[in-house]
Amino acid sequence: MKIVVLVKHVPDAQFDRHLSGEGHTTDRDESILSELDEYALEAALQLAEARGGAKAGNKVIALSMGPAGAVNAIKKSLQIGATEGVHLTDTALAGSDAAATSLALAAAVRHLGADSPVDLVLTGMASTDGETSLVPAQLAERLGLPQVTFASSLDVDGGRVSARRDADTHSETVEASLPAVVSVTDQINEPRYPNFKGIIAAKRKSITTLSLADIGVDSSQVGHSGSWTRVTAAEERPPRTAGTIITDEGDAGIKLVDFLAAQKLL
Amino acid sequence: MANVLVFIDNPGQALKKSSLELLTIARSLGETAVAVNGELSDDVAGTLGAYGAATVFRPSAADLDDYLVAPKAAFLAAVADKSGATTVLLENSPEGKEIAARLGIRLSAGVITDVVAVDADGTAHKSVLAGSYTTTAKATTAVTVLSVKANTVDPEPATAPGTPETVTVDAPADATAAAARITSREQKVASGRPDLTDARIVVAGGRGLDGDFGPVEELADALGAAVGASRAATDAGWISHDAQVGQTGKTVSPQLYISAGISGAIQQKAGMQTAKVIVAVNKDAESPVFEIADFGIVGDLFQVLPQATEEIKKRKG
Ligand SMILES: Cc1cc2nc3c(=O)[nH]c(=O)nc-3n(C[C@H](O)[C@H](O)[C@H](O)COP(=O)(O)OP(=O)(O)OC[C@H]3O[C@@H](n4cnc5c(N)ncnc54)[C@H](O)[C@@H]3O)c2cc1C
Repeated sequence: MKIVVLVKHVPDAQFDRHLSGEGHTTDRDESILSELDEYALEAALQLAEARGGAKAGNKVIALSMGPAGAVNAIKKSLQIGATEGVHLTDTALAGSDAAATSLALAAAVRHLGADSPVDLVLTGMASTDGETSLVPAQLAERLGLPQVTFASSLDVDGGRVSARRDADTHSETVEASLPAVVSVTDQINEPRYPNFKGIIAAKRKSITTLSLADIGVDSSQVGHSGSWTRVTAAEERPPRTAGTIITDEGDAGIKLVDFLAAQKLL
Repeated sequence: MANVLVFIDNPGQALKKSSLELLTIARSLGETAVAVNGELSDDVAGTLGAYGAATVFRPSAADLDDYLVAPKAAFLAAVADKSGATTVLLENSPEGKEIAARLGIRLSAGVITDVVAVDADGTAHKSVLAGSYTTTAKATTAVTVLSVKANTVDPEPATAPGTPETVTVDAPADATAAAARITSREQKVASGRPDLTDARIVVAGGRGLDGDFGPVEELADALGAAVGASRAATDAGWISHDAQVGQTGKTVSPQLYISAGISGAIQQKAGMQTAKVIVAVNKDAESPVFEIADFGIVGDLFQVLPQATEEIKKRKG
């Protein structure tokens, strides 16, 4: 099987995150491999391992689009177990919205399928920076592939993928033929950590760098010029500050109700 | 020609409040058409008229619900073409956002999600990076697709109600070819409490509940609130995953969020820090949740919550 896993290098949510510049894009200092993509990578590794792993010709390709630093998300994916890495990078990509991102990623996936077909594109349920969940669906639409999104369990058998999805009011099982675009939730598995052996092995794995020219995309189709939305203003919300803190002396429940009454919340 | 199109998926017997909100916003942007998938009862058709819909478009196919998202987006794209809509409004559910996503590609239209306000010219407002920024965004394309969060406006019927004309639109035949098929669906039991994402008040519990959601549920019921949870509580199986608030759960913006036995990790804060008022009950004074609480109680939730519940019942008489 040939699986492409989309991995994104995102600002670490443990620190304050900032928007800056004319397009109000996120600062990418202190970035990490998006935690939500680790579930997609783990799902890919499990599918490959169940089929005999790399020795049996199974490939898990970690694909990241982004500036130079994004290579770190790929390196981490290789340490965790991906077989090869692909870094799509070009200055013209900066500031791409979901539509432009999905255009570039669709072209990259087609490029990776040129020699032998890609069976599955796996992604996280959302990026932890943009949080729109738009890219998997847009990628599926652009590639003309079935989308199986928010999978909380996944089975691939005989050219078909089936998955379970949990919504508020119902759960459902869905089925599609391969190739397909699949996004997974954080309920699907427990991602593994890179171990020492993995870290050493990663040093010998290859990372291919692709430019827009390599995948046949014109710079006007991506970045600010290729995006269909524009952020015109961004304002930092004043951080929340602590209010009144009391220690329970046996009557805190009543004080809580007094507070709610004063706030007209009862 | 209508210039705003509202998508309503399976309205059932009565329109949800969030649908009425979309119709109210649509009227502030121009003449409204509605695309409805699924049954259209007389009551719902009447309400659509009362809310100013001039036209109701329905798909020729009845099986759109058998597939995941793609055919609904294809149908909606066909309606947008036919109606000449320049703005399409959808609900901000996971499915609503994905229909918006695919519709955007089909129409070469910019998509903005998680919208909390729309100006008359289609400019959208939202909050990003876990509520730390509010942004203003606009599509640069001829058509704009917006998914709008619930509780952004008060629903208001039109001053001059009408009777919408019904038009059937062919759902493109190829739309189901490359779509995932839904092979089974199980309904979950309804709790009777308000829906977590739309609720005015949320009472949420975490690992500190130690398996017993009773005190949280009782306080929630006294307040008419929805019940939320931290991931530690849902992972432990004490409550269903749907109740999870946070980065990988639901984002809520209620008037009041009561956090009990939750430490306030960044991923939990990401889902609740735009609440108007935050109350925290935690026995550890060092818990990060106290950094953002308007009213914090350092104490044992098993003492504080039942006492508050009793007091509310007493005052409500
Ligand atoms: C990728 C990723 C996504 C995540 N997404 C989410 C998410 O969406 N939502 C989410 O919530 N978390 C999420 N998390 C997990 C998050 O990091 C925390 O682990 C989680 O929120 C902790 O839950 P908790 O506060 O209930 O538990 P703990 O951190 O264990 O805190 C329990 C608290 O209860 C208090 N307590 C104990 N007993 C009592 C008592 N009797 N009375 C009062 N207080 C008591 C303790 O003092 C403590 O502060 C995510 C993590 C990752 C890595």
